[in-house]
Amino acid sequence: MQKTYQHQLSNYQNPKPSLGPRGVLARLDLILLFLIIILSGFGLIVLYSASEQSQAIMARQSSYLGAAFLGMLILAQIHPRHIERLATPLFVFGTLLLIAVLVMGTGAKGAQRWLAIPGLPRFQPSELMKLFVPILVASYLARRPIPSSLKHLFFSVVFILLSVGLIAQQPDLGTSILIGASGFFVIFLAGVSWKVVMASIVAALASLPGLWYVMRDYQRQRVLTLLDPERDPLGSGWNTIQSKIAIGSGGMEGKGWLNGTQSHLDFLPEGHTDFIIAVLGEEFGFIGILFVMLLYLMIVARGAYIAITADGTFNRLLAGSITLTFFVYVFVNIGMVTGLLPIVGVPLPLVSQGGTSLITLMAGFGILMSINSDRSLMRH
Amino acid sequence: MPEPLHLNNPVTERRIFNARLAVCLLIVVLMAVGLMVRAAYLQLVEHDRYATLSDENRLRVQPVAPTRGLIYDRNGVLLADNQPGFTLVIVRERAKDLDQLLIELQSIIEISDREIQRFQKRRKRSGAFFASLPIKFKLTDQEIAKLAVNKHRLPGAEIRAQLVRHYPMGHLTTHVVGYVGRINERELLKTDRVQYSATNHIGKTAIENFYESVLHGSVGHETVETDAQGRVLRTLERIDPVPGSDIQLHLDIELQRVADQALDGRRGAVVAIEIETGGVLAMVSKPSFDGNKFVTGIDSKSYNKLRDSLDLPMFNRALRGVYPPGSTIKPFIGLAGLDTRVVNYYSRVRDPGWYQLENDERFYRDWKKGGHGWRVNLQQALIESCDTYFYDLSFKLGIDQIHNYLNRFGFGQRNLVDLPGEAYATLPSRDWKMKTYGKSWYHGETLLAGIGQGYFSVTPMQLATATATFASRGKTVQARMLVTTPEENWPTLERQKLPNVELKRKADWDYLFDSMEKVVHSARGTARRISIGSQYRIAGKTGTAQVVGIRQGEEYDADALEERKRDHALFVGFAPVKAPKIAIAVIVENGEHGSSVAAPIARKLFDAYLLTKPNMGLKLSNTP
Repeated sequence: MQKTYQHQLSNYQNPKPSLGPRGVLARLDLILLFLIIILSGFGLIVLYSASEQSQAIMARQSSYLGAAFLGMLILAQIHPRHIERLATPLFVFGTLLLIAVLVMGTGAKGAQRWLAIPGLPRFQPSELMKLFVPILVASYLARRPIPSSLKHLFFSVVFILLSVGLIAQQPDLGTSILIGASGFFVIFLAGVSWKVVMASIVAALASLPGLWYVMRDYQRQRVLTLLDPERDPLGSGWNTIQSKIAIGSGGMEGKGWLNGTQSHLDFLPEGHTDFIIAVLGEEFGFIGILFVMLLYLMIVARGAYIAITADGTFNRLLAGSITLTFFVYVFVNIGMVTGLLPIVGVPLPLVSQGGTSLITLMAGFGILMSINSDRSLMRH
Repeated sequence: MPEPLHLNNPVTERRIFNARLAVCLLIVVLMAVGLMVRAAYLQLVEHDRYATLSDENRLRVQPVAPTRGLIYDRNGVLLADNQPGFTLVIVRERAKDLDQLLIELQSIIEISDREIQRFQKRRKRSGAFFASLPIKFKLTDQEIAKLAVNKHRLPGAEIRAQLVRHYPMGHLTTHVVGYVGRINERELLKTDRVQYSATNHIGKTAIENFYESVLHGSVGHETVETDAQGRVLRTLERIDPVPGSDIQLHLDIELQRVADQALDGRRGAVVAIEIETGGVLAMVSKPSFDGNKFVTGIDSKSYNKLRDSLDLPMFNRALRGVYPPGSTIKPFIGLAGLDTRVVNYYSRVRDPGWYQLENDERFYRDWKKGGHGWRVNLQQALIESCDTYFYDLSFKLGIDQIHNYLNRFGFGQRNLVDLPGEAYATLPSRDWKMKTYGKSWYHGETLLAGIGQGYFSVTPMQLATATATFASRGKTVQARMLVTTPEENWPTLERQKLPNVELKRKADWDYLFDSMEKVVHSARGTARRISIGSQYRIAGKTGTAQVVGIRQGEEYDADALEERKRDHALFVGFAPVKAPKIAIAVIVENGEHGSSVAAPIARKLFDAYLLTKPNMGLKLSNTP
């Protein structure tokens, strides 16, 4: 106990530089790295089929993966302490960008999500907030008494809702949910009392009907479609119906790689992005889905191990939040494709095609690894 | 430092954190199990259902239209074939806004409102997904180019190659072969939905109509794999359609052409029959029209013009025209007179130019003022077409005998055995009059029947058939269109074959043949003009049929009458007299004189048939 106190102090008082040629590898968690490589490798195989064997998409996705791995590598080298210190400026910076998006953002299909700053690649500031929000909340609560007081909880909730609200304005329901979840995971893990948790759940359930009125038309449409996909089988119900057919027709062993008819004959829209699990289910069957699900659970388990063994409140809270949020991706995505949840734009992590969410996810893993090495250093 | 540094109790804090994380992990596991249960439900429990749905998605059974059977003339000349043509079709599911698309199309190429209407009707009937419904057939190169340029503006509109019926002989064969047209609602109810699922056209008239089931063939099917846009990617399985059977007609297109040209500018009909077979060599009704216009949908202006024309071009006079036979009936009456021994070769009649019945003030006039002389016998009466002789003869025969004999030649009946559409013409009798008018028969009516007037009427087809039977010395000739022997399941008509006409004295045939030959080949014959330069002998009989009755005491003045009220000109004949091969009936409406108008037309056909070497074209056999 004494030792831990001292360590907490020493963390603040004399940071040890740990960068070096060997250090770069030493700060990587090999188990996590292995799982990620297996998963993203399998993801590429599925994407090759889902993209109609498109060389262009494969090349682009590979370069995204490369960039994301690089980002992970870099973040793994940064001591969590530096991240914690920058929590507030990062959050402020991210919030300003979100406001900028609303004012001058670009996008397609009625949503305004992208920010084009001259000299920089186009990017979605909301992606940054997926990390900035849990970092902020974790650092805010970690520096205060735990279990947190209601006042601190209140402020945390305000920070979270501020970002969620701004992103919901774009609108981007999927990202809002993920960011909201990441923030609330921090609060929950910080030990908010069960009374408050229960009260919040009840309040949330009670406000569900009210949610209907703030939803946009297309969002209401999606909810109605979930309840009865046959309502508009050629319109809003099409995606869900076709993805269910794709998965269901895959059976136990699937139709075989590159043999999915639903995806290759264009019945399945967005087969290479948000609906890629349908392609996977069609071509690799139940065994394929079971396989990726096990990989996801192993990643979550590894993340949870890192969180449990992490030193320091901030590290623990952040690691826990990143890990759990990762699973939210998986659940929302598969739930929506299998027709359990309304259609929300959430990709299947490490498998769906797309650069921005991939980079954010890998950055999260980078932070996890960094937190892990932080503990390892102490042990030495 | 605005905030003081809090040092929490790490043990408590860690315990809380671990407990919370444990709760979360439990939920994670539950959710993961939930997802796997869902996946297992879809993939294992409901697999069969979804596998079927997936196949239903991508596999489509589409009908393949059979190729319509061809129609040939006796020499193998094509009368109806199928030509590749380009058709504009619309795939409803691919069009964003159908009404807008139709407007766009109409602005690019000419599509009539009628075509749009038809398309809409057809669309409402068709329930199939991604069915391509035709809107305009036979696109011109220019139209195809215009559509191609604007393709991007016209999602849902596509150009398909299709076989379209074509009649190379145009108006020459329209009344014989008929034509196909787009299937209308009424026809759709009658046809087999499956058999016609890929067929756009159906026989509307004549051969095309009656032999529809033969010509159509059987629909084929192919199972194709399609993508979500309904585009066919590959054919997985195919059951080929069975093409329709070809049909060969007795028609000789060259003879048909000669008859058509000879009748040009007139209203009338010609029927020529091969005596040996009964085959119809020529069947012309003028004016005619081009059936090709109906295949792709005639525009309403042209249609109205055809329909409203006083000349009735769409009316098949050869089968449906009902005319008084006039003097062409006289050989048959004469035959009845000889066979019943009411008259013999030497019986003579005084002809002052009129005939009168006892107790009847009415004058039954001869066409020749002043009459044909004091001692007219049957032969002279036939050669000069003496009416008075036949008034006398028919009075002596009586209507019952006349009906009895003429009935045996098929008058008053329908004769064509393999094509419907013949009109009923009237061979009058006491029963007939009683049934029709509820009145008894008058002697005067017998006189009129005896010269082919009054109630007596014939169709050109009937007249030709009776002439053919006459030419074969009573051996019944059945008129027929098809060379091809009909198979068991082909459509048939109820037509009884009449017994042969047996005369008590065979020599009577020679006498009558001789008399009819002299109509053409003697100085006083009414048709003597057509004998000039003939290399064979023709037997014939002219006729002139009144269109309106001329009242008593009124002089007949052709100029004063409207052209359409003038007499019809008729001629029947056969040649060569020694061994007759062809029998012909000609009717020229308002042609006035059988001798000068109708007979020369028959001569042209005789020449064409007897003097031209047989066409060495392809003879089709029945079995392919």
